[in-house]
Amino acid sequence: MQTATPVPHDVSYLDYQGKYKGIFAWIFSTDHKRIALLYLYSMMTMFTVGVLLGLAMKLELIAPGRTIMGPQTYNSLFTVHGVIMIFMIVIPGLPAVFGNFMLPIMIGAKDVAFPRINLMSWYFYVAGAFLVLASVLFGNGTPDTGWTFYAPYSFKTGTNLLPAIFGAFILGFSSILTGLNFIVTIHRMRAPGMTWFKMPLFPWSLYGTAWIQLLATPVVGITLVLVALERIFGIGVFDPALGGDPVLYQHLFWIYSHPAVYVMILPAMGAISEIIPTFSQKHIFGYKAIIASTLAIAFVGYFVWGHHMFTSGMSGTAQYTFSVLTFLVAIPSAIKVFNWISTMHKASINPDIPFLWAISFIFVFMIGGFSGLVLGALATNVYVHDTAFVVAHFHFIVFGGVGFSFFGAIHYWFPKMFGRMYDKVWAKVGWAFFFVGFLTLYSPMFYLGMMGMPRRYYDYLPEFHAANILSSLGSWVMTFGLLIIVINLFRSAKNGAIAPMNPWNGKTLEWTVPSPPPVENYEEIPVYGEKDGPYEY
Amino acid sequence: MEHVTQHSDPHFDQEASKLGMWLFIFTELLLFGGLFIVYSIYRFLNPESFQLASHELNPVIGAINTIILLVSSMTIAMSTSALQKKNKGLTVLLLEITIMLALIFLINKYFEWGVKFEHGIWPGSSHLVNDMSKGEILFFGLYFVMTGLHALHIIVGMIIIIVALRRVQKGTVNPDRPSLLENAGLYWHLVDLIWIFLFPLFYLIH
Repeated sequence: MQTATPVPHDVSYLDYQGKYKGIFAWIFSTDHKRIALLYLYSMMTMFTVGVLLGLAMKLELIAPGRTIMGPQTYNSLFTVHGVIMIFMIVIPGLPAVFGNFMLPIMIGAKDVAFPRINLMSWYFYVAGAFLVLASVLFGNGTPDTGWTFYAPYSFKTGTNLLPAIFGAFILGFSSILTGLNFIVTIHRMRAPGMTWFKMPLFPWSLYGTAWIQLLATPVVGITLVLVALERIFGIGVFDPALGGDPVLYQHLFWIYSHPAVYVMILPAMGAISEIIPTFSQKHIFGYKAIIASTLAIAFVGYFVWGHHMFTSGMSGTAQYTFSVLTFLVAIPSAIKVFNWISTMHKASINPDIPFLWAISFIFVFMIGGFSGLVLGALATNVYVHDTAFVVAHFHFIVFGGVGFSFFGAIHYWFPKMFGRMYDKVWAKVGWAFFFVGFLTLYSPMFYLGMMGMPRRYYDYLPEFHAANILSSLGSWVMTFGLLIIVINLFRSAKNGAIAPMNPWNGKTLEWTVPSPPPVENYEEIPVYGEKDGPYEY
Repeated sequence: MEHVTQHSDPHFDQEASKLGMWLFIFTELLLFGGLFIVYSIYRFLNPESFQLASHELNPVIGAINTIILLVSSMTIAMSTSALQKKNKGLTVLLLEITIMLALIFLINKYFEWGVKFEHGIWPGSSHLVNDMSKGEILFFGLYFVMTGLHALHIIVGMIIIIVALRRVQKGTVNPDRPSLLENAGLYWHLVDLIWIFLFPLFYLIH
């Protein structure tokens, strides 16, 4: 990276000609903005695969009995859909794309603390993605365990599970390196004068997220290694035939994978906390309360993993404790919702596209959150455990939360990232189709679950038919909306109208650099004065 | 490994590099932490078998290996202070000794595992699965996983130390920019620390 000539400041990161040419100028680039786009494109590829798998599942469920596939294929579909969507889209999603792109700019830095490690973590991401895809394409059968790899089936199944497990392990490593990078960046590279409590809320949410990534991922890493060793050598730790305990696997798995839910949702909340004050043109209400609730969610999130296992065999005391702790997480989440609503109170709101995504985020997030309380309560949990209700709940939270926030964020920061504006009419049409389709797709599943339709079956009883048709129709409407959104963004990245430096009149630092930003972001590092702050309207 | 990749960056920050290393060490501790949890649960459930199985291990070799690692931790710490005192020759010598000690540790480990294999004990072996109790199967399963993973860390640590050694010789790691060597030392102490817990858990508790 030692360049003799200084990097020119009037060249944008998209046009910059460095040592390498063509595609190598991207895959060898340590510029955080280029790495962010690398992540964006690789994620869109994987997301397309995941969406197609989901569509196929909904098509299978459009009628009882075998429609287009048998049980084994269906099992493989929900496994690969889950692995791709969880490990490759929603966990790395916002941090790897918008975190990488915006974090250094928002805190007034020229790059992250370790640019090369940043690039390395993208390499790990790609390697992990290839391994997972290899498990689909080669070997004797696609994995069929579900994305949770539950023991003992994960080492009994004859399918090609090892590449998928190693893929998930490597993706975890990528996640750890990103988290490590962000923590050091935030500690060491904030602009002079930007104290902790002058930092914008998106970096704050990345900070909480990074700690979870760092402290929880190794546990699932070692757990996946143990499953792999169990498969290869038969070490016995999770095999009841050899003295091991499969429930222990579930504990170790959820010790990570529950905090991972907060890895998904915290940055999503962070992006919403940026969009809402900008489009309300008002100081965010309860800035410190939002930070405190971010940290509280990150902290309490570690102690609730047992609520995935209420029916797996735990003592009553453990069940009550996990249930109570689960309810506690609802409090900081609700605090955030109150803060967002209060920010909008008496504001002159500009209901532009990012804002539409933000309020629809709040809407689906609340439905997801309240249904989470149904699952967190012991009695109702036993009733709806492993039914379509659970599937509806986590798609509202995970896809509704992260998906809506992701699309909100991309419509919010798109002019900054590509220097061009998208077509607002098409963006609104896409949003409307997506929103309606989303609700049509997942809402019937609440009803189906309550009526007793189990998840993870390719078949169901005839009385569930009507609601399933509705849900499958929803999946087409939503995908149609998705197509409109993606095509609109793709076309606008090339041909859209040139975007100004600050199209939304935002007050955070990324709106003070040109669109698209120059290679090193700032010619001179900005300085925060006594009266400056991220939301001073 | 940020120290490896970071060193020629124009915006170099020693403190950031060290902070990054400490965070990485946290993740390593949690990685082994998962294994320690598994170990303690199964020890609690099968106290007699674990005690019986631990007699198969030789505490003398274990103790020798513990001493070897402790001395190697000392030599790498001394190499850091030798660098601070601008004594390049001594720094290099101490790092070479550290690498030698690590190698001796691995050779010992090799013979130890070899003895187990001779006795027909390895994960999934018919002697282990058919003739021994479930607690013993778990003990040896964990023994091979945990000491194996630790040995892997020794190997990674050696590679990092070799890189540090070459950079000291070339002068890119110097008294003004010692962070690669310091981070190699931190990593090595971590590897040592984990062994300090593995040794009593497998060899000593009866």
